[in-house]
Amino acid sequence: MWQALARPGYLLSGWPLRSVAYLAVTGVTGLLTLLVTAVSLAAGVLLSMAIVGVPLLAAVALLGLPVAALERRSMRLVDATRRVPVAHRMPHDPGLTWWLRTRFSEAATWRELGYALLFMLVLAPVDLLAVTLGVTVPLALIATPVLLGTVGEGEQVNVLKAYAVTSWPAAFAVCAAGLLALAVCGYGLGLLAGARAALASSLLTMAGNRTADRVTELTRSRVRLLDAFEAERGRIERDLHDGAQQRLVALTMMLGLARLDAPPGPLAKQLERAHDEAGRALGELRNLIRGIHPPLLVDFGIEAAVADLADRSAIPVDVTIEVLPRLPRHIESTVYFVVSEALSNMAKHSGATRGEVSGRFVPEDQTHPGRPGILLVSVRDDGCGGADPDAGTGLLGLRERVSVVDGTLTLSSPPGGPTRVDVEIPCRPLPNSE
Amino acid sequence: MLLREGLVGLLARFGHRVVAAVCDAEGLREAVVAHAPDVVVTDVRMPPTFKDEGLRAAVELRRTHPRLPIVVLSQYVETRYATELLNAGDGTSVGYLLKDRVGQVAEFVDALERVVAGGTVIDPEVVRQMVRRRRSPLEALTAREREVLALVAEGRSNAAIAGQLVITDAAVAKHIRNILHKLDLPQAEESHRRVLAVLTFLRS
Repeated sequence: MWQALARPGYLLSGWPLRSVAYLAVTGVTGLLTLLVTAVSLAAGVLLSMAIVGVPLLAAVALLGLPVAALERRSMRLVDATRRVPVAHRMPHDPGLTWWLRTRFSEAATWRELGYALLFMLVLAPVDLLAVTLGVTVPLALIATPVLLGTVGEGEQVNVLKAYAVTSWPAAFAVCAAGLLALAVCGYGLGLLAGARAALASSLLTMAGNRTADRVTELTRSRVRLLDAFEAERGRIERDLHDGAQQRLVALTMMLGLARLDAPPGPLAKQLERAHDEAGRALGELRNLIRGIHPPLLVDFGIEAAVADLADRSAIPVDVTIEVLPRLPRHIESTVYFVVSEALSNMAKHSGATRGEVSGRFVPEDQTHPGRPGILLVSVRDDGCGGADPDAGTGLLGLRERVSVVDGTLTLSSPPGGPTRVDVEIPCRPLPNSE
Repeated sequence: MLLREGLVGLLARFGHRVVAAVCDAEGLREAVVAHAPDVVVTDVRMPPTFKDEGLRAAVELRRTHPRLPIVVLSQYVETRYATELLNAGDGTSVGYLLKDRVGQVAEFVDALERVVAGGTVIDPEVVRQMVRRRRSPLEALTAREREVLALVAEGRSNAAIAGQLVITDAAVAKHIRNILHKLDLPQAEESHRRVLAVLTFLRS
């Protein structure tokens, strides 16, 4: 727009007309919006006693959405290159409830509502006034000779209802002034339209709030990524289970049958070796799969999977886990990973004779809705202590893994022991799990 | 798929007749009703979700057909699965084996026949884990008694245990009496009752 204004051929280009169109569109829609809002508010307030008015009032709060959408569109009339990004998030689930929940909880909605108010009360009236005067006054001036010849019958015509023109030279002078005014208004309206569009676009995109939204979005996408990662592990595990493992079982079975039929001798010996080897491969594959995606965790949840981990530990480990609800997959798998690492550290470094894993879930506090429940898990031993999170990558990795799900991991391991790892993860149980 | 065909071939090789080979829990239920088989062999995992449908179906069959021998094959050593299976019904005529055991063809068929005969067969790996879980009372047992205990829990007869440990039948009987006494379990003669007593103790 600004470059167009500076070019010599501006008045003969399409830009003045586009500016007029932009201002006319915004002016008219502003008036309509004002009308609709006033009626809705009045009706909403009147009906709010009968409940039905409340949704109507809530709908008024969403007024900014269509206004901002229209503004983004009409803005292109005067600024073809400017694209104001839509700051709204995609609702996570389909359906009106989720859509409303998302819209009402994001800053963009309220910013747009603020813009809508400014728009219909201040900006639109100014637009409408400017476009009306800027178009009608020059045209009226230009039309003076025509009016003098027709309506005024060659004797008198009142220009703009104020200034009487009685002669042809005066009429043509007014006409010339009208042409000049048209040129001035062409530039004026262009300037106004450009400034209007710039103001609207800066109001609809505010840097600070965009950052906050971005952080929220990034946090969510991180969790989504983690979920996708878990799903992928599940898929790999299933593929191995249904593919390689089944084939290996079938192979050992065939080799076993072949051994029954083989006459004693070198062939039987070779078959025996092959059979044993296939059996070992199967064992290794099974351990590998368990590491990728423990089936017990998927089927029965944290308690069973942790009890199983404790069973496998070289050091006796007592498990006291209160009945837990089923939690989102990435949470369960984080806990499993932490306990598994902590137990293997214990076995490797602590010299402990006994370990303990305890866990419980504190559900969402009903007096503070919106605050999620907390999963608390601790792993303790009676070993020599002195575990240093900075020395090895193991503990650091655990801490990072926990922080990805917004949890915290605290390690207490004074020299001489005992060692204690506490994990707190805020989370919500999966629906219909108990 | 592959495994199912292999199993059909294996059982035929040992002179058994496979009346139906199905691919999901629904098919299993229908086949049991249609053919009234002598024994059911099922995988823990089955379509559609490949989680534990097979186990669920087996647990359900234990309730609807308490006399039907069932052997569940599992990909993993999970005492939890074994416990679920044993807790459904009275614990007789039931087996829980690691899928790998299928490769030891003769042993596998032997285990199957023991289950058909009313026995209880739990995979040695599972038993080992159960034994490890219950450490404290088992600490009173000698190493040899623990060996015997593991074999008892697998559903072995006295003679089989004696053969495996290369000791006399009388020695085995003495060990078992000691074990039952030390663990405060009721004396039992019948092999599967003995297994059950031990398993009840282990999973309590």
